[in-house]
Amino acid sequence: MHGRLSRRDVLKGSGAAALSLSSGTLLSSTKVIAAAPPATAVTLALIEAAKKEGKVVYYTSVDLPLAEKIAKAFEAKYPGVAVRVERTGAERVFQRIGQEYGSRIHAVDVVNSSDAAHFIVWARDGLLAPFVPEDVARHYPADHKDADGLFATFRIGLSIIAYNTNTVKAEEAPRSFADLLDPKWAGKIVKAHPGYSGTILTATFQLARDLGWDYLEKLGRQRIMQLQSASDPPKKLALGERAVQADGNEYNIFQIKESGGPVEPVYAAEGTPLVIGPNGLFKNAPNPNAARLFQCFCFSAECQQLISDVGGQRSVHPWIKEKAGRKPFKDIKTMKEDAAGVEKAAEDIKVRYSKIFKV
Amino acid sequence: MTIAVSDPPARMTHGFDYTKLVLYGIALVLCVLIVLPMSWLIYYAFVDKNGAFTFGNFVTLVNDPTLLDPLITTFTLAFSTSLICCIVAAPMGWLVARTDMPLRRTVRLLVTASFVTPPFLGAIAWELLAAPNSGLLNKIYRVVTGAAADEHLLNIYSFSGLIFVIACYTFPYVFVLVANALDRTPGELEDASSILGGSTWVTARRVTIPLVLPAILAGALVAFLQAMTLFGSPAILALPAGFHTMTTKIWSLFQYPPKPELAAAASLPLLILTVLLLRAEHMILGRRSYAVLGGKNSDPRLIRLGWMRWAALALCFIVLLNPVFLPYAALFNATFSKVASQFITFSNFTFHNIHFVLFELSATKLALYNTFVLGIATATIGTVVAVVISYLTTREAVSGHRALGFLATAPVAIPGIVLGVGLFLSYTRPPFVLYGTLWILLLAFLTLAMPAAYQQMQSALKAIHPELEDASRILGATRLKALRQITAPLLRTSVIATWCFVFVGTIRELSAAVMLFTSETKVISVLIFDLNESGDLAAISVLGLIMLVVTSGIVALANRLRLGGGSVRLRDN
Repeated sequence: MHGRLSRRDVLKGSGAAALSLSSGTLLSSTKVIAAAPPATAVTLALIEAAKKEGKVVYYTSVDLPLAEKIAKAFEAKYPGVAVRVERTGAERVFQRIGQEYGSRIHAVDVVNSSDAAHFIVWARDGLLAPFVPEDVARHYPADHKDADGLFATFRIGLSIIAYNTNTVKAEEAPRSFADLLDPKWAGKIVKAHPGYSGTILTATFQLARDLGWDYLEKLGRQRIMQLQSASDPPKKLALGERAVQADGNEYNIFQIKESGGPVEPVYAAEGTPLVIGPNGLFKNAPNPNAARLFQCFCFSAECQQLISDVGGQRSVHPWIKEKAGRKPFKDIKTMKEDAAGVEKAAEDIKVRYSKIFKV
Repeated sequence: MTIAVSDPPARMTHGFDYTKLVLYGIALVLCVLIVLPMSWLIYYAFVDKNGAFTFGNFVTLVNDPTLLDPLITTFTLAFSTSLICCIVAAPMGWLVARTDMPLRRTVRLLVTASFVTPPFLGAIAWELLAAPNSGLLNKIYRVVTGAAADEHLLNIYSFSGLIFVIACYTFPYVFVLVANALDRTPGELEDASSILGGSTWVTARRVTIPLVLPAILAGALVAFLQAMTLFGSPAILALPAGFHTMTTKIWSLFQYPPKPELAAAASLPLLILTVLLLRAEHMILGRRSYAVLGGKNSDPRLIRLGWMRWAALALCFIVLLNPVFLPYAALFNATFSKVASQFITFSNFTFHNIHFVLFELSATKLALYNTFVLGIATATIGTVVAVVISYLTTREAVSGHRALGFLATAPVAIPGIVLGVGLFLSYTRPPFVLYGTLWILLLAFLTLAMPAAYQQMQSALKAIHPELEDASRILGATRLKALRQITAPLLRTSVIATWCFVFVGTIRELSAAVMLFTSETKVISVLIFDLNESGDLAAISVLGLIMLVVTSGIVALANRLRLGGGSVRLRDN
């Protein structure tokens, strides 16, 4: 634990301002930029090699049932290669990999995190393997894939306001983040924690940037029920434990709503925080071929359609049809994603947040 | 006692006392187990980020309200819990051990059930029961009283809610200690009081209670320390309520970016307080002798409660409602219900949750396997070590036994989470690279189990008068031989009890495991903790019920073994 560089230290040494996911480039003063490797298609040879390894270990922060569904779909398509899902909050995925790699334990093959800033750190530390699945090369827009081929956007999530339809009438529901400060919501709001959830860290960064810390301080006086994972507020909302969520995964709200649960999403007037969740391969993956095969599968239209239909994720794969009844992604006013900004501010956000919300 | 005489005399005279060797061996193991991680802890408390000596961490600790508040919260919490546990558990222990209350065995069994319930599982079950809006009990309250939709009877996400839930799963410690102490106390003393004209109540007050006072004090101490170092329940209930305890704060200090220096400094007050408490206990109890199991004993006579025996039973069941009946009913409900907080009906009954846990959740099988391998290994090794240490200390067999006793008790002062960090720092670098294996978890669980195992064995041994061993030794047996032939059979009940104690303690351990697991070495408790963070309460309920079934099976098996072995109590004939 000692002597490890903080994100801020790392950034100071390498020109923080130059880093940006949206520009799709990774510039640094010390690193020679390599072009992405040629795209890899799924071949029989790759499948055979993966079968020999027999398994792939997937660290992810996506909701567990969805992660297991992706795993089952992969196993059905490529029998003989088992997927072991390790799901926990993005910030803990990050901490865990750091802890494991610090002890030279190379357990993880493929990683997915809802905090895109993690990929900046992993890429700079040279932990990720350059690998571009065919689908990514062909179909993914440039601002959703790393120029060096180290990662690409596996999923896009939104952190949204939502309410329980049993306890809140549609006309009384909040329309904006500002509405949440209304005294009538005191003691009725649930939200997740940026120290644990990458989605919430990203969302908190965007809220603090666009609405100011002042807003969060006022929100902190609303007697919030504080949870950890961004998957949890929708579930507490569905149980009827609280009336409104200030943040939480849009996809959980979809899942609950579409299976008949009493929840309704709200797309805030100020804009909805946008969260990119890339997938990457580790250089020291214990099952490198299975990892490649799994990565190819993750970005295929088949898997992307699955995470959209079943998981309620937003996909950047152009072939994906969004389910009827969900507000189309292009119609939603979103806040601006800025992974490099998150990386710079992460520590500060966590400290200020725990001052305001006491946990 | 005739066996020793039948041995050839030559072997007796050359019998070598191996006790010293054993002492040094055990001391070495304990040092590695405890001193190594503790040294790292102390080292980290006094260095800054660059490794230079500093008091800065303590200055931060005292000046930063986000660190000082949890400290105060924790002490209040531990004190209240300990008090409640004693008030509830001590009378219950007396009722089952010394009165003619009906269903005494059932009550004991149910207390065992609350003991084998992991506190974090209980906390989650109580979320299902008493969350202010979705809690089942609050729903019933609203239906019965017609209260408005946002009114509630109970709020588990509060300080008092947390105390209540922790007390639910800590009181068995006091209960077991008191009941066992009373079981071991022979009836002659009470008979003497009766014969001399003491009424039932006078006897209870002047003989029985003073006899169990050490057990109650020890129980209060264990309950205090347990509540102070508990991680799971506060992590589940305190965070939504908006406050930290020391353990959750320390845990959050290890989240990215980790601050091991502050965490180490924050855990030192807990350590010092524990040492002081243990000293105080020693001073209170140290001068008296409590050897009560000698060569002559008889079963105690039971006190007749008359009509009050049913009232007493009702009281026991009302208490047991909280740690056992209600939580398991809630878990059972959540297991088969589509929505965890809705009562099962025909329309929302489902097997999906069970299917999900057993066939879709890829971590289940491995976690179950790891948990039981570690549970059995820890219980077996831990019990053996505890027996040897407590023998050496109670019989004051060798010089240096005090230090040994202290070493065995010391881990009680270390929050599991801090020990986890200490172990992590110790065993991720050569020469011992154990992180990522089950060995590091075994070390952690052994260390954490040692104080309880040692205290149990020690109180069992204290109650066996050395006269029995002395007789054997006078007849020529070596110390080890006396131990094997005389003490071991007498201790069998306690050994089995300790084994079970350590086993259930291990499989429900969360706080160290949460620091030390890797994807290959995940255990059930960590899996449940992860599931709780993402709100998968139904999956937790399924896992919780699986855990209950398996542990009850093992405890029942152990009980059967004990009964099958015949009466352990020595009789004079």
